[in-house]
Amino acid sequence: MAERLEAKHKGGTFLAARKIEFGDNADPAEVCFERGWSDGLPVTPPTDARVLRMLKGTTRNPDEIVGKIPPYLAPCTIEKVAINAVMAGCKPEYMPVLLAALEAALEPVFTLHGVLATTYFSGPVIIVNGPITKTIGMNSGINALGQGNRANMTIGRALNLIVRNVGGGKPGEADRATLGAPSKIGLCFAEDESDADWEPVSVARGFKRGASTVTLFQGHGVEAFVDQKSRTAEGLSKSFATHLVRMGHLRLTQSARAVVVLSPEHYRIYKEAGWGRREIEKALYEATTRPGREILAGTDGIGEGVPASRAGEMIPKFHDDGIVVVRAGGPAGLFSGVLPGWLAGRNKTELQLVTKEIK
Amino acid sequence: MTQMSMNWMRDPTAETTSVKRARLAPPPSLVGKTVGLFDIGKTRTDEFFNQVEMRLQERGIKTKRVGKPTNAKVATPENLAKISAEVDVVIIGLSD
Repeated sequence: MAERLEAKHKGGTFLAARKIEFGDNADPAEVCFERGWSDGLPVTPPTDARVLRMLKGTTRNPDEIVGKIPPYLAPCTIEKVAINAVMAGCKPEYMPVLLAALEAALEPVFTLHGVLATTYFSGPVIIVNGPITKTIGMNSGINALGQGNRANMTIGRALNLIVRNVGGGKPGEADRATLGAPSKIGLCFAEDESDADWEPVSVARGFKRGASTVTLFQGHGVEAFVDQKSRTAEGLSKSFATHLVRMGHLRLTQSARAVVVLSPEHYRIYKEAGWGRREIEKALYEATTRPGREILAGTDGIGEGVPASRAGEMIPKFHDDGIVVVRAGGPAGLFSGVLPGWLAGRNKTELQLVTKEIK
Repeated sequence: MTQMSMNWMRDPTAETTSVKRARLAPPPSLVGKTVGLFDIGKTRTDEFFNQVEMRLQERGIKTKRVGKPTNAKVATPENLAKISAEVDVVIIGLSD
């Protein structure tokens, strides 16, 4: 009741977004579909009461402009973020994570316009670190990349709804994905930081242990990697490499990054060998570096590949910072996940992962 | 009969009414025009545009290679302004 009264008396003067009216006989969820505000799933109608409640999740002013959202570079206020967060199903306490994710996505090296417009599968993948993951109840365990957790499911969705609704990015228009991927609806999860020996991705990217961060990656997924028999760190790394070299195409090289979502059972093999993030990422980079002669264009009638002039070279599959390991997953299963990156990054500096502290 | 009341939601969009600009009419002929071949930064652009350029030149049409450095990023307004000053029409080719 208090919220309804507040909405009645405050909403009209406090909120700046224009009102979209509908009659008693209209179903508000259907109105949202008809207006093109949905990614194809139902959205929560952004009533004044809900938007006001969402704004309580941040101390920032509703009229502050966070940035310009591609593709049409429309200025986006905190209030518009809150409206789209309501629609995605977020709780107010997710707002700081969503705002950090949006700011990360708007960094030029994230190339959000390109990620939206590309014919490739990619979308923004959000990895959350630090104590906020516990505060808002994110999942880094069983089914971390799947359904069932509200924060995991709605934060990524809200970011994509902002691109759709504020930025105007829609499939078939500026979004030219040949096939797309379910992860373009939203893919967000927390890293498992329960093992003090493990260096979380946030720390590897320059933040203090205990800081809450978002790391954004241009990717999609998830691809399944299965190895139930390797028992040494060296063997498991070579095994991982047999999967990683196939990303996009076995013979494509030097064009991308990948996030390896390392499950607890696979991690245990590395931990027992005394390996941490640096050793694993280095081993995977080396094991995915191949003699050019094995991946020449035209052999076996396959057009893809490197030119014959590179036959004598050792050619890396990834950039030297291109394999990023993140820990997540349930306790049982010698499976890990691979989130392939956007293949546009032929020059390693032109698009990169972006990490921001959540404040 | 009760009067229907109105409810409302808040607009999640940028509230920009899209005003579609009319496209320029295509020129009746390319004779005497310069056709810009716009490289969007993909790897095999040369293979594709070499063929297009050959076909245009067989017809006596002037061409000029223009473009942007990477397909990961949009062309800058300055780059587009420069190109529009240099050519009359543009062909943009996707070439992987």
